[in-house]
Amino acid sequence: MLTDITIGQYMARDSIIHALDARIKIIITAILIIALFTIDTFSGFGFFSIFILIVIFLSKISFLKVIKGLKPILFLIILTLFIHIFLTKGGDILWSWRFISIESEGVYTGFFMVSRIFILILFTSLLTLTTSPLQLTDGIEYILTPLKRFGVPASELSMMMTIALRFIPTLLEEAEKIMKAQQARGADFESGNLIQRAKSLVPLLVPLFISAFRRADDLALAMESRCYRGGEGRTRLHELEYRYYDFIALIIVIIMAVTVSFF
Amino acid sequence: MLIEVDNVTHIYNDENNVTALKKINLEIDNGEFIGIVGHTGSGKSTLVQLFNGLIIPSSGAVKVNGKNITDEKTNLKETRRHVGLVFQYPEHQLFEETVYKDIAFGPKNLGLSEEEIETRVNEVMGLVNLDYEEFKDRSPFNLSGGQQRRVAIAGVLALKPDVLVLDEPSAGLDPQGRKRLADLLRYLYHELEMTLILISHRMEEIAELSSRVIVMHNGEIVLDGSPKEVFAREQKLHQLALDLPQITEIMHRLKDRGLKVETDLFSLEKASEEILNRLRGCEKC
Repeated sequence: MLTDITIGQYMARDSIIHALDARIKIIITAILIIALFTIDTFSGFGFFSIFILIVIFLSKISFLKVIKGLKPILFLIILTLFIHIFLTKGGDILWSWRFISIESEGVYTGFFMVSRIFILILFTSLLTLTTSPLQLTDGIEYILTPLKRFGVPASELSMMMTIALRFIPTLLEEAEKIMKAQQARGADFESGNLIQRAKSLVPLLVPLFISAFRRADDLALAMESRCYRGGEGRTRLHELEYRYYDFIALIIVIIMAVTVSFF
Repeated sequence: MLIEVDNVTHIYNDENNVTALKKINLEIDNGEFIGIVGHTGSGKSTLVQLFNGLIIPSSGAVKVNGKNITDEKTNLKETRRHVGLVFQYPEHQLFEETVYKDIAFGPKNLGLSEEEIETRVNEVMGLVNLDYEEFKDRSPFNLSGGQQRRVAIAGVLALKPDVLVLDEPSAGLDPQGRKRLADLLRYLYHELEMTLILISHRMEEIAELSSRVIVMHNGEIVLDGSPKEVFAREQKLHQLALDLPQITEIMHRLKDRGLKVETDLFSLEKASEEILNRLRGCEKC
Protein backbone atom coordinates (compact mmCIF):
# COMPACT_ATOMS: atom_id res chain seq x y z
CA MET A 1 0.00 0.00 0.00
CA LEU A 2 1.29 3.42 0.94
CA THR A 3 4.58 2.17 2.27
CA ASP A 4 5.43 0.69 -1.13
CA ILE A 5 6.40 4.07 -2.57
CA THR A 6 10.04 3.84 -3.56
CA ILE A 7 10.92 6.75 -5.86
CA GLY A 8 14.63 7.09 -5.34
CA GLN A 9 14.57 5.53 -1.89
CA TYR A 10 18.06 4.88 -0.58
CA MET A 11 19.32 1.33 -1.06
CA ALA A 12 22.43 0.48 0.94
CA ARG A 13 25.08 -1.40 -1.05
CA ASP A 14 28.82 -1.75 -0.78
CA SER A 15 29.85 -0.07 -4.03
CA ILE A 16 32.20 2.56 -5.35
CA ILE A 17 29.24 4.75 -6.30
CA HIS A 18 27.89 4.61 -2.74
CA ALA A 19 31.31 5.41 -1.36
CA LEU A 20 31.67 8.63 -3.33
CA ASP A 21 31.46 11.81 -1.31
CA ALA A 22 27.93 13.21 -1.20
CA ARG A 23 29.12 16.71 -2.19
CA ILE A 24 30.90 15.34 -5.24
CA LYS A 25 27.83 13.35 -6.19
CA ILE A 26 25.63 16.43 -5.99
CA ILE A 27 28.07 18.47 -8.07
CA ILE A 28 28.35 15.65 -10.60
CA THR A 29 24.59 15.47 -10.89
CA ALA A 30 24.38 19.21 -11.44
CA ILE A 31 27.08 19.13 -14.13
CA LEU A 32 25.38 16.27 -15.92
CA ILE A 33 21.98 17.96 -15.80
CA ILE A 34 23.48 21.00 -17.50
CA ALA A 35 25.24 18.76 -20.01
CA LEU A 36 21.98 16.96 -20.68
CA PHE A 37 20.34 20.21 -21.73
CA THR A 38 23.12 21.03 -24.19
CA ILE A 39 22.50 17.77 -26.06
CA ASP A 40 20.46 18.19 -29.22
CA THR A 41 20.84 14.84 -30.96
CA PHE A 42 19.66 11.32 -30.19
CA SER A 43 23.23 9.99 -30.43
CA GLY A 44 24.06 12.27 -27.51
CA PHE A 45 21.31 10.63 -25.47
CA GLY A 46 22.65 7.23 -26.52
CA PHE A 47 26.10 8.12 -25.28
CA PHE A 48 24.59 9.43 -22.03
CA SER A 49 22.52 6.28 -21.51
CA ILE A 50 25.58 4.07 -21.86
CA PHE A 51 27.27 6.15 -19.18
CA ILE A 52 24.26 5.78 -16.87
CA LEU A 53 24.15 2.03 -17.46
CA ILE A 54 27.78 1.79 -16.40
CA VAL A 55 27.01 3.81 -13.25
CA ILE A 56 24.05 1.56 -12.41
CA PHE A 57 26.25 -1.50 -12.94
CA LEU A 58 28.92 -0.05 -10.64
CA SER A 59 26.35 0.82 -7.97
CA LYS A 60 25.39 -2.88 -7.62
CA ILE A 61 21.69 -1.96 -7.57
CA SER A 62 19.72 -4.18 -9.91
CA PHE A 63 18.68 -2.43 -13.11
CA LEU A 64 15.10 -3.64 -12.68
CA LYS A 65 14.80 -1.99 -9.27
CA VAL A 66 16.01 1.32 -10.64
CA ILE A 67 13.48 1.20 -13.47
CA LYS A 68 10.68 0.10 -11.15
CA GLY A 69 11.24 3.18 -9.04
CA LEU A 70 10.43 5.30 -12.09
CA LYS A 71 6.90 3.94 -12.39
CA PRO A 72 5.25 6.98 -10.75
CA ILE A 73 6.58 9.31 -13.47
CA LEU A 74 5.26 7.14 -16.30
CA PHE A 75 2.17 9.32 -16.47
CA LEU A 76 4.27 12.46 -16.88
CA ILE A 77 6.26 10.85 -19.67
CA ILE A 78 3.21 9.68 -21.59
CA LEU A 79 1.53 13.06 -21.16
CA THR A 80 4.58 14.90 -22.50
CA LEU A 81 4.75 12.56 -25.46
CA PHE A 82 1.09 13.09 -26.37
CA ILE A 83 1.18 16.85 -25.96
CA HIS A 84 4.13 17.12 -28.31
CA ILE A 85 2.80 14.66 -30.86
CA PHE A 86 -0.53 16.44 -31.17
CA LEU A 87 0.35 20.05 -30.55
CA THR A 88 3.80 20.67 -31.99
CA LYS A 89 3.46 21.57 -35.67
CA GLY A 90 5.95 21.59 -38.51
CA GLY A 91 7.45 19.19 -41.03
CA ASP A 92 5.46 16.63 -43.01
CA ILE A 93 1.90 15.78 -42.12
CA LEU A 94 1.88 12.11 -41.15
CA TRP A 95 -1.78 11.64 -40.27
CA SER A 96 -4.76 13.89 -39.95
CA TRP A 97 -8.43 13.64 -39.03
CA ARG A 98 -10.65 16.72 -39.05
CA PHE A 99 -8.76 19.33 -37.04
CA ILE A 100 -6.33 16.88 -35.43
CA SER A 101 -3.09 16.24 -37.22
CA ILE A 102 0.21 14.64 -36.41
CA GLU A 103 3.25 16.19 -38.00
CA SER A 104 6.78 14.82 -38.16
CA GLU A 105 8.27 17.64 -36.16
CA GLY A 106 5.88 16.85 -33.30
CA VAL A 107 6.81 13.18 -33.23
CA TYR A 108 10.49 14.05 -33.26
CA THR A 109 10.32 16.62 -30.42
CA GLY A 110 7.96 14.35 -28.51
CA PHE A 111 10.42 11.50 -28.39
CA PHE A 112 13.29 13.90 -27.89
CA MET A 113 11.71 15.51 -24.82
CA VAL A 114 10.66 12.17 -23.40
CA SER A 115 14.20 10.81 -23.67
CA ARG A 116 15.49 13.93 -21.96
CA ILE A 117 13.02 13.71 -19.06
CA PHE A 118 13.58 9.99 -18.72
CA ILE A 119 17.36 10.30 -18.53
CA LEU A 120 17.10 13.31 -16.22
CA ILE A 121 14.94 11.50 -13.69
CA LEU A 122 16.81 8.25 -14.05
CA PHE A 123 20.06 10.01 -13.23
CA THR A 124 18.79 12.11 -10.36
CA SER A 125 17.08 9.06 -8.85
CA LEU A 126 20.48 7.38 -8.92
CA LEU A 127 21.74 10.14 -6.65
CA THR A 128 19.14 9.42 -3.98
CA LEU A 129 19.35 5.66 -4.51
CA THR A 130 23.04 5.61 -3.69
CA THR A 131 23.29 8.37 -1.08
CA SER A 132 21.72 8.06 2.34
CA PRO A 133 19.41 10.97 3.23
CA LEU A 134 21.74 12.02 6.02
CA GLN A 135 24.78 12.22 3.77
CA LEU A 136 22.70 14.01 1.20
CA THR A 137 21.60 16.76 3.56
CA ASP A 138 25.12 17.05 4.94
CA GLY A 139 26.37 17.44 1.39
CA ILE A 140 23.81 20.12 0.62
CA GLU A 141 24.74 21.96 3.77
CA TYR A 142 28.42 21.99 2.77
CA ILE A 143 27.61 23.21 -0.69
CA LEU A 144 25.40 25.97 0.67
CA THR A 145 27.91 27.06 3.33
CA PRO A 146 29.55 29.75 1.18
CA LEU A 147 26.11 31.30 0.73
CA LYS A 148 25.79 31.85 4.47
CA ARG A 149 27.52 35.17 3.91
CA PHE A 150 24.49 36.28 1.93
CA GLY A 151 22.11 35.25 4.66
CA VAL A 152 21.18 31.76 3.43
CA PRO A 153 20.42 29.70 6.55
CA ALA A 154 22.31 26.64 5.31
CA SER A 155 22.40 24.57 8.50
CA GLU A 156 18.75 25.32 9.30
CA LEU A 157 17.77 24.27 5.79
CA SER A 158 19.65 21.02 6.10
CA MET A 159 18.20 20.37 9.57
CA MET A 160 14.73 20.91 8.12
CA MET A 161 15.45 18.48 5.33
CA THR A 162 16.86 15.87 7.69
CA ILE A 163 13.77 16.10 9.86
CA ALA A 164 11.42 15.97 6.88
CA LEU A 165 13.14 12.87 5.52
CA ARG A 166 13.20 11.27 8.95
CA PHE A 167 9.44 11.62 9.31
CA ILE A 168 8.36 10.32 5.92
CA PRO A 169 8.21 6.66 7.00
CA THR A 170 6.65 7.60 10.34
CA LEU A 171 3.89 9.57 8.70
CA LEU A 172 3.28 6.87 6.10
CA GLU A 173 2.86 4.34 8.87
CA GLU A 174 0.52 6.69 10.69
CA ALA A 175 -1.50 7.26 7.51
CA GLU A 176 -1.92 3.54 7.05
CA LYS A 177 -3.10 3.15 10.63
CA ILE A 178 -5.65 5.95 10.37
CA MET A 179 -6.83 4.59 7.04
CA LYS A 180 -7.51 1.22 8.64
CA ALA A 181 -9.30 2.79 11.57
CA GLN A 182 -11.59 4.76 9.25
CA GLN A 183 -12.16 1.70 7.08
CA ALA A 184 -13.28 -0.09 10.21
CA ARG A 185 -15.92 2.63 10.50
CA GLY A 186 -17.06 1.96 6.96
CA ALA A 187 -15.00 4.58 5.13
CA ASP A 188 -14.34 3.77 1.52
CA PHE A 189 -11.09 5.01 -0.04
CA GLU A 190 -11.13 2.88 -3.13
CA SER A 191 -14.34 3.43 -5.06
CA GLY A 192 -16.31 6.39 -6.41
CA ASN A 193 -15.42 9.13 -8.85
CA LEU A 194 -12.61 11.62 -8.44
CA ILE A 195 -14.57 14.10 -6.32
CA GLN A 196 -15.94 11.39 -4.01
CA ARG A 197 -12.46 10.00 -3.59
CA ALA A 198 -11.01 13.41 -2.80
CA LYS A 199 -13.75 13.92 -0.22
CA SER A 200 -13.12 10.52 1.31
CA LEU A 201 -9.56 11.65 2.07
CA VAL A 202 -10.75 14.21 4.64
CA PRO A 203 -11.11 11.59 7.43
CA LEU A 204 -7.55 10.54 6.66
CA LEU A 205 -5.89 13.93 6.21
CA VAL A 206 -7.31 15.77 9.21
CA PRO A 207 -6.03 13.27 11.80
CA LEU A 208 -2.76 13.00 9.89
CA PHE A 209 -2.17 16.77 10.02
CA ILE A 210 -3.09 16.89 13.68
CA SER A 211 -0.63 14.14 14.51
CA ALA A 212 2.06 15.83 12.39
CA PHE A 213 1.62 19.06 14.35
CA ARG A 214 1.67 17.16 17.62
CA ARG A 215 4.89 15.42 16.60
CA ALA A 216 6.40 18.73 15.53
CA ASP A 217 5.61 20.22 18.91
CA ASP A 218 7.09 17.25 20.73
CA LEU A 219 10.20 17.28 18.58
CA ALA A 220 10.75 21.02 19.09
CA LEU A 221 10.50 20.52 22.84
CA ALA A 222 12.82 17.53 22.79
CA MET A 223 15.39 19.44 20.74
CA GLU A 224 15.19 22.43 22.99
CA SER A 225 15.55 20.36 26.13
CA ARG A 226 18.73 18.96 24.62
CA CYS A 227 19.97 22.50 24.05
CA TYR A 228 19.68 22.73 20.29
CA ARG A 229 20.53 26.31 19.36
CA GLY A 230 20.85 26.34 15.59
CA GLY A 231 23.70 25.35 13.33
CA GLU A 232 26.37 27.82 14.50
CA GLY A 233 29.46 25.89 15.55
CA ARG A 234 27.80 22.48 15.49
CA THR A 235 30.13 19.60 14.77
CA ARG A 236 29.03 16.30 13.35
CA LEU A 237 29.55 12.64 14.03
CA HIS A 238 30.48 11.70 10.48
CA GLU A 239 32.60 14.36 8.78
CA LEU A 240 32.49 14.26 5.00
CA GLU A 241 35.92 13.62 3.52
CA TYR A 242 37.21 13.85 -0.03
CA ARG A 243 39.21 10.87 -1.24
CA TYR A 244 41.24 10.38 -4.40
CA TYR A 245 38.44 8.52 -6.19
CA ASP A 246 36.09 11.47 -5.68
CA PHE A 247 38.36 13.59 -7.84
CA ILE A 248 38.77 10.84 -10.42
CA ALA A 249 34.99 10.61 -10.70
CA LEU A 250 34.69 14.37 -11.04
CA ILE A 251 37.33 14.49 -13.79
CA ILE A 252 35.65 11.65 -15.70
CA VAL A 253 32.33 13.44 -15.52
CA ILE A 254 33.76 16.77 -16.68
CA ILE A 255 35.44 15.08 -19.65
CA MET A 256 32.17 13.32 -20.38
CA ALA A 257 30.13 16.53 -20.18
CA VAL A 258 32.51 18.32 -22.53
CA THR A 259 32.47 15.44 -25.03
CA VAL A 260 28.69 15.24 -24.94
CA SER A 261 28.29 18.91 -25.73
CA PHE A 262 30.02 18.29 -29.09
CA PHE A 263 27.38 15.81 -30.20
CA MET B 1 -20.02 -20.09 15.24
CA LEU B 2 -19.42 -16.35 15.01
CA ILE B 3 -15.80 -16.17 13.96
CA GLU B 4 -13.75 -19.06 12.67
CA VAL B 5 -10.07 -18.76 11.93
CA ASP B 6 -8.86 -21.72 9.98
CA ASN B 7 -5.16 -22.46 9.65
CA VAL B 8 -4.19 -18.85 9.11
CA THR B 9 -0.63 -17.78 8.48
CA HIS B 10 0.26 -14.17 7.88
CA ILE B 11 3.57 -12.80 6.70
CA TYR B 12 3.99 -9.06 6.45
CA ASN B 13 4.99 -8.15 2.95
CA ASP B 14 7.83 -5.75 3.62
CA GLU B 15 11.61 -5.81 3.83
CA ASN B 16 11.75 -7.88 7.01
CA ASN B 17 9.03 -10.36 6.00
CA VAL B 18 7.95 -10.87 9.59
CA THR B 19 5.77 -13.91 10.16
CA ALA B 20 3.11 -12.37 12.38
CA LEU B 21 0.82 -15.40 12.64
CA LYS B 22 1.69 -19.08 12.34
CA LYS B 23 -1.05 -21.55 11.48
CA ILE B 24 -3.65 -20.10 13.82
CA ASN B 25 -6.83 -22.04 14.47
CA LEU B 26 -9.47 -20.31 16.56
CA GLU B 27 -13.21 -20.37 17.05
CA ILE B 28 -15.15 -17.62 18.74
CA ASP B 29 -18.73 -18.15 19.81
CA ASN B 30 -21.58 -15.71 20.22
CA GLY B 31 -21.63 -14.17 23.68
CA GLU B 32 -18.03 -14.79 24.63
CA PHE B 33 -15.84 -12.17 26.25
CA ILE B 34 -12.36 -12.94 25.07
CA GLY B 35 -9.23 -11.44 26.54
CA ILE B 36 -6.09 -11.65 24.42
CA VAL B 37 -2.73 -11.23 26.11
CA GLY B 38 0.83 -11.51 24.89
CA HIS B 39 3.83 -9.23 24.81
CA THR B 40 4.55 -6.72 22.06
CA GLY B 41 4.99 -8.33 18.67
CA SER B 42 3.20 -11.55 19.58
CA GLY B 43 0.64 -11.06 16.81
CA LYS B 44 -2.36 -9.89 18.83
CA SER B 45 -3.09 -6.82 16.75
CA THR B 46 -2.63 -8.70 13.51
CA LEU B 47 -5.01 -11.40 14.71
CA VAL B 48 -7.85 -9.02 15.49
CA GLN B 49 -7.48 -7.17 12.21
CA LEU B 50 -8.25 -10.45 10.47
CA PHE B 51 -11.72 -10.45 11.96
CA ASN B 52 -13.01 -7.59 9.83
CA GLY B 53 -10.87 -8.03 6.78
CA LEU B 54 -8.45 -5.17 7.35
CA ILE B 55 -5.71 -7.73 6.91
CA ILE B 56 -6.16 -10.50 4.38
CA PRO B 57 -3.98 -13.39 5.56
CA SER B 58 -1.21 -14.84 3.40
CA SER B 59 -2.86 -18.25 3.70
CA GLY B 60 -5.81 -19.84 5.46
CA ALA B 61 -9.43 -18.75 5.82
CA VAL B 62 -11.41 -16.51 8.15
CA LYS B 63 -15.16 -16.93 8.44
CA VAL B 64 -17.49 -14.42 10.05
CA ASN B 65 -21.08 -15.58 10.52
CA GLY B 66 -20.29 -18.47 8.21
CA LYS B 67 -19.15 -16.18 5.41
CA ASN B 68 -15.62 -16.57 4.17
CA ILE B 69 -14.16 -13.07 4.26
CA THR B 70 -10.83 -14.08 2.78
CA ASP B 71 -12.70 -14.71 -0.44
CA GLU B 72 -12.17 -11.79 -2.81
CA LYS B 73 -15.82 -11.53 -3.72
CA THR B 74 -17.00 -10.89 -0.16
CA ASN B 75 -18.28 -7.42 0.57
CA LEU B 76 -15.93 -6.33 3.36
CA LYS B 77 -18.00 -3.27 4.17
CA GLU B 78 -20.80 -5.61 5.20
CA THR B 79 -18.42 -7.59 7.42
CA ARG B 80 -17.09 -4.44 9.05
CA ARG B 81 -20.58 -3.54 10.12
CA HIS B 82 -20.76 -6.78 12.12
CA VAL B 83 -17.29 -6.61 13.60
CA GLY B 84 -16.42 -3.25 15.13
CA LEU B 85 -12.77 -2.54 15.79
CA VAL B 86 -11.44 0.06 18.22
CA PHE B 87 -7.76 0.63 17.51
CA GLN B 88 -5.04 1.66 19.94
CA TYR B 89 -5.35 5.33 20.77
CA PRO B 90 -8.63 5.62 18.87
CA GLU B 91 -8.80 9.35 19.66
CA HIS B 92 -6.15 9.84 16.97
CA GLN B 93 -8.73 9.18 14.26
CA LEU B 94 -11.16 11.94 15.25
CA PHE B 95 -11.53 14.42 12.41
CA GLU B 96 -14.93 16.11 12.37
CA GLU B 97 -15.87 19.57 13.60
CA THR B 98 -18.29 18.33 16.21
CA VAL B 99 -18.63 15.29 18.41
CA TYR B 100 -21.99 14.55 16.81
CA LYS B 101 -20.60 14.52 13.26
CA ASP B 102 -17.69 12.34 14.23
CA ILE B 103 -19.83 9.70 15.87
CA ALA B 104 -22.24 9.90 12.92
CA PHE B 105 -19.44 9.13 10.44
CA GLY B 106 -19.84 5.35 10.73
CA PRO B 107 -23.66 5.23 10.55
CA LYS B 108 -23.54 7.68 7.62
CA ASN B 109 -21.23 5.32 5.77
CA LEU B 110 -23.82 2.60 6.33
CA GLY B 111 -26.31 4.81 4.50
CA LEU B 112 -28.76 5.20 7.38
CA SER B 113 -31.45 7.87 7.54
CA GLU B 114 -30.89 11.12 9.46
CA GLU B 115 -33.35 10.17 12.21
CA GLU B 116 -31.81 6.74 12.64
CA ILE B 117 -28.35 8.33 12.84
CA GLU B 118 -29.54 10.80 15.45
CA THR B 119 -31.09 8.11 17.67
CA ARG B 120 -27.92 6.04 17.39
CA VAL B 121 -25.62 8.93 18.27
CA ASN B 122 -27.82 9.82 21.20
CA GLU B 123 -27.85 6.21 22.35
CA VAL B 124 -24.10 5.56 22.14
CA MET B 125 -23.22 8.86 23.76
CA GLY B 126 -25.36 7.71 26.64
CA LEU B 127 -23.48 4.41 26.69
CA VAL B 128 -20.09 6.06 26.98
CA ASN B 129 -21.40 8.52 29.54
CA LEU B 130 -21.22 11.72 27.53
CA ASP B 131 -24.17 14.07 27.90
CA TYR B 132 -25.78 14.43 24.47
CA GLU B 133 -26.90 18.05 24.75
CA GLU B 134 -23.70 19.19 26.38
CA PHE B 135 -21.22 17.53 24.04
CA LYS B 136 -22.84 17.07 20.64
CA ASP B 137 -21.84 20.49 19.25
CA ARG B 138 -18.43 20.70 20.82
CA SER B 139 -15.25 20.15 18.85
CA PRO B 140 -13.73 16.76 19.68
CA PHE B 141 -10.31 18.40 19.75
CA ASN B 142 -11.14 20.54 22.75
CA LEU B 143 -12.04 17.58 24.96
CA SER B 144 -9.81 15.89 27.50
CA GLY B 145 -7.94 12.74 26.48
CA GLY B 146 -10.37 10.46 28.29
CA GLN B 147 -13.39 12.16 26.75
CA GLN B 148 -11.82 11.99 23.29
CA ARG B 149 -11.34 8.29 23.71
CA ARG B 150 -14.97 7.85 24.72
CA VAL B 151 -16.07 9.76 21.63
CA ALA B 152 -13.92 7.50 19.47
CA ILE B 153 -15.31 4.34 21.07
CA ALA B 154 -18.82 5.72 20.62
CA GLY B 155 -17.99 6.20 16.93
CA VAL B 156 -17.43 2.46 16.60
CA LEU B 157 -20.37 1.50 18.82
CA ALA B 158 -22.64 3.57 16.58
CA LEU B 159 -22.18 0.90 13.91
CA LYS B 160 -24.03 -1.46 16.27
CA PRO B 161 -21.62 -4.31 15.69
CA ASP B 162 -22.31 -7.85 16.92
CA VAL B 163 -18.69 -8.19 17.93
CA LEU B 164 -16.64 -5.39 19.41
CA VAL B 165 -12.87 -5.71 19.30
CA LEU B 166 -10.81 -3.34 21.43
CA ASP B 167 -7.05 -3.07 21.06
CA GLU B 168 -5.55 -1.75 24.30
CA PRO B 169 -8.47 0.54 25.06
CA SER B 170 -7.19 1.48 28.52
CA ALA B 171 -3.65 2.49 27.49
CA GLY B 172 -2.83 5.94 28.82
CA LEU B 173 -6.03 6.35 30.84
CA ASP B 174 -6.04 7.34 34.49
CA PRO B 175 -7.51 4.94 37.09
CA GLN B 176 -10.90 6.61 36.91
CA GLY B 177 -10.92 6.38 33.11
CA ARG B 178 -9.99 2.71 33.31
CA LYS B 179 -12.78 2.02 35.76
CA ARG B 180 -15.30 3.79 33.52
CA LEU B 181 -14.11 1.74 30.57
CA ALA B 182 -14.39 -1.52 32.51
CA ASP B 183 -17.94 -0.56 33.52
CA LEU B 184 -18.81 0.13 29.89
CA LEU B 185 -17.42 -3.20 28.74
CA ARG B 186 -19.28 -5.01 31.51
CA TYR B 187 -22.49 -3.29 30.49
CA LEU B 188 -22.03 -4.14 26.80
CA TYR B 189 -21.33 -7.74 27.67
CA HIS B 190 -23.98 -8.41 30.29
CA GLU B 191 -26.81 -6.08 29.30
CA LEU B 192 -26.47 -5.74 25.53
CA GLU B 193 -25.08 -9.27 25.12
CA MET B 194 -22.38 -8.21 22.74
CA THR B 195 -19.47 -10.47 21.94
CA LEU B 196 -16.31 -8.73 23.10
CA ILE B 197 -12.67 -9.22 22.29
CA LEU B 198 -10.24 -7.28 24.43
CA ILE B 199 -6.51 -6.94 23.95
CA SER B 200 -4.74 -5.69 27.04
CA HIS B 201 -1.46 -5.70 28.89
CA ARG B 202 -3.25 -5.32 32.18
CA MET B 203 -3.84 -8.81 33.47
CA GLU B 204 -6.20 -7.53 36.18
CA GLU B 205 -8.50 -6.17 33.50
CA ILE B 206 -8.46 -9.41 31.54
CA ALA B 207 -8.94 -11.61 34.59
CA GLU B 208 -11.81 -9.57 35.94
CA LEU B 209 -13.74 -9.05 32.74
CA SER B 210 -13.26 -11.87 30.30
CA SER B 211 -14.83 -15.30 30.11
CA ARG B 212 -12.00 -16.78 28.08
CA VAL B 213 -8.33 -15.91 27.87
CA ILE B 214 -6.06 -16.44 24.89
CA VAL B 215 -2.32 -16.12 25.34
CA MET B 216 -0.24 -15.43 22.27
CA HIS B 217 3.49 -15.78 21.79
CA ASN B 218 5.50 -15.32 18.60
CA GLY B 219 2.46 -15.57 16.35
CA GLU B 220 1.05 -18.68 17.99
CA ILE B 221 -1.72 -19.34 20.49
CA VAL B 222 0.01 -20.94 23.46
CA LEU B 223 -2.77 -20.97 26.05
CA ASP B 224 -6.53 -20.84 25.62
CA GLY B 225 -9.08 -21.34 28.37
CA SER B 226 -11.05 -19.77 31.18
CA PRO B 227 -9.21 -17.15 33.28
CA LYS B 228 -8.96 -19.74 36.07
CA GLU B 229 -7.33 -22.29 33.82
CA VAL B 230 -4.95 -19.86 32.13
CA PHE B 231 -3.83 -18.01 35.25
CA ALA B 232 -3.24 -21.30 37.04
CA ARG B 233 -0.36 -21.86 34.62
CA GLU B 234 1.87 -19.57 36.61
CA GLN B 235 5.17 -21.06 35.45
CA LYS B 236 4.25 -21.02 31.78
CA LEU B 237 3.18 -17.37 31.98
CA HIS B 238 6.37 -16.35 33.72
CA GLN B 239 8.33 -18.22 31.11
CA LEU B 240 6.57 -16.13 28.42
CA ALA B 241 7.53 -13.00 30.37
CA LEU B 242 3.89 -12.30 31.23
CA ASP B 243 2.58 -11.32 34.63
CA LEU B 244 -0.22 -12.80 36.66
CA PRO B 245 -2.95 -10.47 37.88
CA GLN B 246 -1.59 -8.81 41.03
CA ILE B 247 -4.15 -10.47 43.29
CA THR B 248 -3.39 -13.92 41.90
CA GLU B 249 0.32 -13.26 42.25
CA ILE B 250 -0.15 -12.42 45.94
CA MET B 251 -2.18 -15.55 46.52
CA HIS B 252 0.51 -17.65 44.86
CA ARG B 253 3.18 -16.10 47.05
CA LEU B 254 1.13 -16.61 50.21
CA LYS B 255 0.70 -20.23 49.26
CA ASP B 256 4.44 -20.59 48.68
CA ARG B 257 5.01 -19.30 52.20
CA GLY B 258 2.70 -21.91 53.66
CA LEU B 259 -0.72 -20.28 53.91
CA LYS B 260 -3.09 -22.75 52.29
CA VAL B 261 -5.19 -20.37 50.15
CA GLU B 262 -6.94 -20.87 46.85
CA THR B 263 -4.93 -19.16 44.11
CA ASP B 264 -7.54 -18.79 41.39
CA LEU B 265 -9.04 -15.55 42.64
CA PHE B 266 -9.03 -12.30 40.69
CA SER B 267 -10.98 -9.77 42.69
CA LEU B 268 -9.82 -7.94 45.76
CA GLU B 269 -12.96 -8.74 47.75
CA LYS B 270 -12.81 -12.47 47.18
CA ALA B 271 -9.11 -12.59 47.89
CA SER B 272 -9.36 -10.72 51.19
CA GLU B 273 -12.25 -12.94 52.22
CA GLU B 274 -10.24 -16.05 51.39
CA ILE B 275 -7.19 -14.83 53.32
CA LEU B 276 -9.31 -13.91 56.35
CA ASN B 277 -11.04 -17.28 56.28
CA ARG B 278 -7.73 -19.11 56.18
CA LEU B 279 -6.27 -17.03 58.98
CA ARG B 280 -9.32 -17.58 61.16
CA GLY B 281 -9.27 -21.24 60.28
CA CYS B 282 -5.69 -21.42 61.48
CA GLU B 283 -6.47 -19.74 64.75
CA LYS B 284 -8.94 -22.48 65.48
CA CYS B 285 -6.51 -25.26 64.68
